[in-house]
Amino acid sequence: MQELLEMFSYSFVKDALVCGIAVSLSAALIGIILVLKKYSMIGHGLGEVAFASISLAVAFGISPLYISVPLVIIASFIIMMISQKRGEEGDIAIALVSSGALTFGVIITAITKGFNIDVYNYMFGSILAVTKQDVLLSVILSIAIIVIYIVFYNRIFMVTYDEKYAKSKGINTTFYQFLISLITALIVVVGMKIMGTLLISSLIVFPALISKKLTKSFKGMVIMSGFISIICFIIGLTFSFILNLPTGASIVTVYIILLFVSNISMKFLKY
Amino acid sequence: MDIIKVSKVTSSYNGHVAVENIDFKIKEGDFVCLVGENGSGKSTIIKNIIGMHKYEKGNIEVNCKKEEISYLEQFNMKDIDFPGTAKEIIMTGLQKPKGRLFYNKEDYKLLKSISELLNINTILNKRIGDLSGGQRQRVMLARTVIGAPKVLILDEPCSGLDIKMIREFYKILYQLNKDKKVTIIIATHDTNELEKIFKDIDIRVIEVAKKVMFDGNIKNWKGL
Repeated sequence: MQELLEMFSYSFVKDALVCGIAVSLSAALIGIILVLKKYSMIGHGLGEVAFASISLAVAFGISPLYISVPLVIIASFIIMMISQKRGEEGDIAIALVSSGALTFGVIITAITKGFNIDVYNYMFGSILAVTKQDVLLSVILSIAIIVIYIVFYNRIFMVTYDEKYAKSKGINTTFYQFLISLITALIVVVGMKIMGTLLISSLIVFPALISKKLTKSFKGMVIMSGFISIICFIIGLTFSFILNLPTGASIVTVYIILLFVSNISMKFLKY
Repeated sequence: MDIIKVSKVTSSYNGHVAVENIDFKIKEGDFVCLVGENGSGKSTIIKNIIGMHKYEKGNIEVNCKKEEISYLEQFNMKDIDFPGTAKEIIMTGLQKPKGRLFYNKEDYKLLKSISELLNINTILNKRIGDLSGGQRQRVMLARTVIGAPKVLILDEPCSGLDIKMIREFYKILYQLNKDKKVTIIIATHDTNELEKIFKDIDIRVIEVAKKVMFDGNIKNWKGL
């Protein structure tokens, strides 16, 4: 207990906590749409693109945000465009973009400075890397996403449940697809410091996966995903601090355990 | 008044011509059966009318707002675990491209009356995946009609339903066409059951096999 109290007295832990909760909540909200629309792998693909952009930034000695923001947004639009045009082949687009970006990143890293601590931290996440600027960015992003979610809630449900029907009613579904892509890209960029580019997609996928089976309504899923994301982040961060483990990996471990426990208990409840 | 006017429309899928030179007019209040074998182009022409698939030649004139046309297709549940209740799904039928973003009291009154009409008021809070096939299709019909459409376009809406459910479904269509004067276009294989329920209504049949093969009263079509 003493250790816990001590942990939250550090200012970098406080920063990581605020930034992490904001990113987790945003990722969980957007993750609901991505998981239900079967775009779960987008976050992972964009994580690889973020890795490539960081390799570039480290090689040239500039702040990664300046390169990752435009690159990840462009990649997310490309993936969404191919998914829209080719339908079922969306996963191929993600596979191509992600493996291409990872290869590019590895080559850039190899021929420049090698896998130094900066690149390593970005790959697996570190709370020590969180700056005041990241905290501000993540809080603004999460407030923007929550406002968008509330204002467009009914539309988001309509397009997520039945895009074809929404289109037949004259709703501009392409606008929503691109809005979702843009938000996903921003979450990946803002969240990569804490979670790491390799694990950021888990913040997007896990809360939705866990809550999907536990709720019967969309509203229930939205509330539960948000709740799960915050709780899991706090528990994961605490473990990472006490056991001195990488933050991203600790949080994903909490998610995996919760997914396992919820699936088992649902099976028992059914019998 | 002609509510839909299809003039010399040619439309293709992946380079293959699906329909060619299609020509017909639909008047307000008509009840039209689009019949034809699988692959005859029924769904293509429906998708052309509602703007889900572009056509290469010809013209389609629709004399009402886009949101006044409501479309229902064969129900295939892709994701049985989708977290959405019947109520949440039905309410989406009220959304319009430039409408308000939230539902109000009037909207919930509409939900109540439509769910009573379709006898689904007891299942509104259930997850869509937990409902039976017939219940699901009534939920989908409720979504289609809650926005009081002028035109209802249905593409094989009864596939997978048993005969009892099909009759119930047709009775609802009958009420909508007769009492509320909704124009109905239905693509179907089965006209026998429809005829039994729509005894006092003139059913018009448009038979399609890439082109319009027949256009007229069902009795004349049967007599061919």
